[in-house]
Amino acid sequence: MEFLGLFNYWVVIFLMMVGFYALISRGNLVKKVVGLNLFQTSVIIFYVSTGKIVGGTAPILIEDDHGAAEGAAEVLYSNPLPHVLMLTAIVVGVATMAMALALVVRIKETYGTIEDDEIQEQVLADELHEGARP
Amino acid sequence: MIAAHLPAIQIVAPLLAAALCVLVPWKRVSWGIAMAGAVTAFAASVGLLSRVLGGEDIRYALGGWAAPWGIEYRVDAVNGLVLLIVAGIGVVVTLFALTSVEREVDERRIPLFYGAWMLCLCGLLGIAITGDAFNIFVFLEISSLGTYALIAMGSDRRALVSAFRYLIMGSIGASFIVIGIGLLYVETGTLNLADLAERLPALTGERTVLVAFAFLTVGTSLKLALFPLHVWLPDAYAFAPSAVTGLIAATSTKVAVYVLLRFFFTVFGVTYSFGELSLGMWLLPLALVAIFTMSLVAIFQRNIKRMLAYSSVAQIGYIILGISFASVTGLTAATLHLFNHALMKGALFLALGCVMYRVGSVHIDALRGLGRRMPWTMAAFTAGGLSLIGVPLTVGFVSKWYLVLGALEQGMWPVAALVLVTSTLAVVYIWRVVEAVYFGEPSARAGSVSEAPLRLLVPTWALIVANLYFGIDASLTTNVAGQAARALLGGAP
Repeated sequence: MEFLGLFNYWVVIFLMMVGFYALISRGNLVKKVVGLNLFQTSVIIFYVSTGKIVGGTAPILIEDDHGAAEGAAEVLYSNPLPHVLMLTAIVVGVATMAMALALVVRIKETYGTIEDDEIQEQVLADELHEGARP
Repeated sequence: MIAAHLPAIQIVAPLLAAALCVLVPWKRVSWGIAMAGAVTAFAASVGLLSRVLGGEDIRYALGGWAAPWGIEYRVDAVNGLVLLIVAGIGVVVTLFALTSVEREVDERRIPLFYGAWMLCLCGLLGIAITGDAFNIFVFLEISSLGTYALIAMGSDRRALVSAFRYLIMGSIGASFIVIGIGLLYVETGTLNLADLAERLPALTGERTVLVAFAFLTVGTSLKLALFPLHVWLPDAYAFAPSAVTGLIAATSTKVAVYVLLRFFFTVFGVTYSFGELSLGMWLLPLALVAIFTMSLVAIFQRNIKRMLAYSSVAQIGYIILGISFASVTGLTAATLHLFNHALMKGALFLALGCVMYRVGSVHIDALRGLGRRMPWTMAAFTAGGLSLIGVPLTVGFVSKWYLVLGALEQGMWPVAALVLVTSTLAVVYIWRVVEAVYFGEPSARAGSVSEAPLRLLVPTWALIVANLYFGIDASLTTNVAGQAARALLGGAP
């Protein structure tokens, strides 16, 4: 049953590898960006999973009239910190994604293609041209 | 009052400047704001380092939230020095940028350029100052995103491709670092570096800690371009605008090295990383291969900016070599070279920026005969080159001296010999340029150019003078580096 107990982590590893594979094997720049995003998303799931405690509730403290936390001793809370960290990571991921896509747009404008090998051909042509120029 | 908040000012000044730069539509005003931000940050870093050298260990609770819950900024000799390098180079290169960027970057994008510029600076300073593991990641991404944008603004169209490739590699590296930090948090329940250092020794047997260590090492090595993970660096440096190359070559890999030092020595502790895992055994060959192969590759480059970029990967090899000894002398050498390499590469890339401004190319054929046309620029390049080789009276000599001492101290005289032999490779690639510049026949284009304007020469020569000054009187830098090395080996930050 340990396999099922670690279900979330298997999902994380699977997603990470899918993303990583796409990142490495795909020649299309947009597909690369999507792969990168999958990769980053798997990290987010990893963090969120670590914060969960079995039987834990949302970490909201409810106070009674006397100002003391209601049943503070018995209530088990999930750890909110990894979730909060991931809000930051999501923002970072969105920014990276936007930056990458903006670059892809400009690459398309300049090179007329978003296929890695076709771009590489043009890059090599640039190199030769630069060498030939006085 | 202000002195107490120096750690916050260090970060807030460039961050505010970044926002303001984008808001104003005038490029000169935008530059002025960036300059003000950089100067403020530099003043703050000088203040912080002088307090640290006075024996103070600076701890600053950001926003009044005490550590372990809040983010804590901690400054000791190690990051005090890194802050000074980054902020100092920041001021000099911003000064250089005013003229250089107007030539190389599209007019309408200049305010945005300075926005990204200050974000990059802010991120780099943030990585250095923070005492919180997750905060390192956040600042890392701030600086990286700024850098990708800056590189993409290069006038050559290959800049776009190299920026994209850097983005992919950089994001993988950053994700690895987050995974490592996450595993550490799972194991210890804290993100504060000092708390981590306290709790980890009891957990060194755990597989989770080992995996975290591996992820952090690989992720950071990607960022600092350690040998097999360096492929993003040469093109990114070669096609970025000149001022940007000057900034990132001098600072961003150095900050990544600092992160590596922090995790290896402060967080995991030298007994774990170098005793139990014998990391030195892995770092030493990688460093040697980096030095040797990258210097060789540099010899065959015809684009001089890319040549210096390959040389940067080799120089990072020297820094890692110093780290791999895990001794006081080795770490002193590494920290010294961190500082010294920033000075020499900054100077060399700024000199090339002057060439770019006048000639519009840094191809070796375009440089032919420039020695008579641009004597001051080329003198600066030659002086920087000598420093890179490690000629006495320059900073390069000081750091190589300590590196050789460190190797001999470990009884590794073949390594010491290799350091000396590889210096001759630097002689070869610098000589190629010097030969072309002083003995080559000027090309048609180079024949009509004149000396670079003073606004470019002054920052370039400021760095050259620093190269010579700290090469002749190395007492200040060796002092700080020695103190930093002892702080790293002593365990607590």
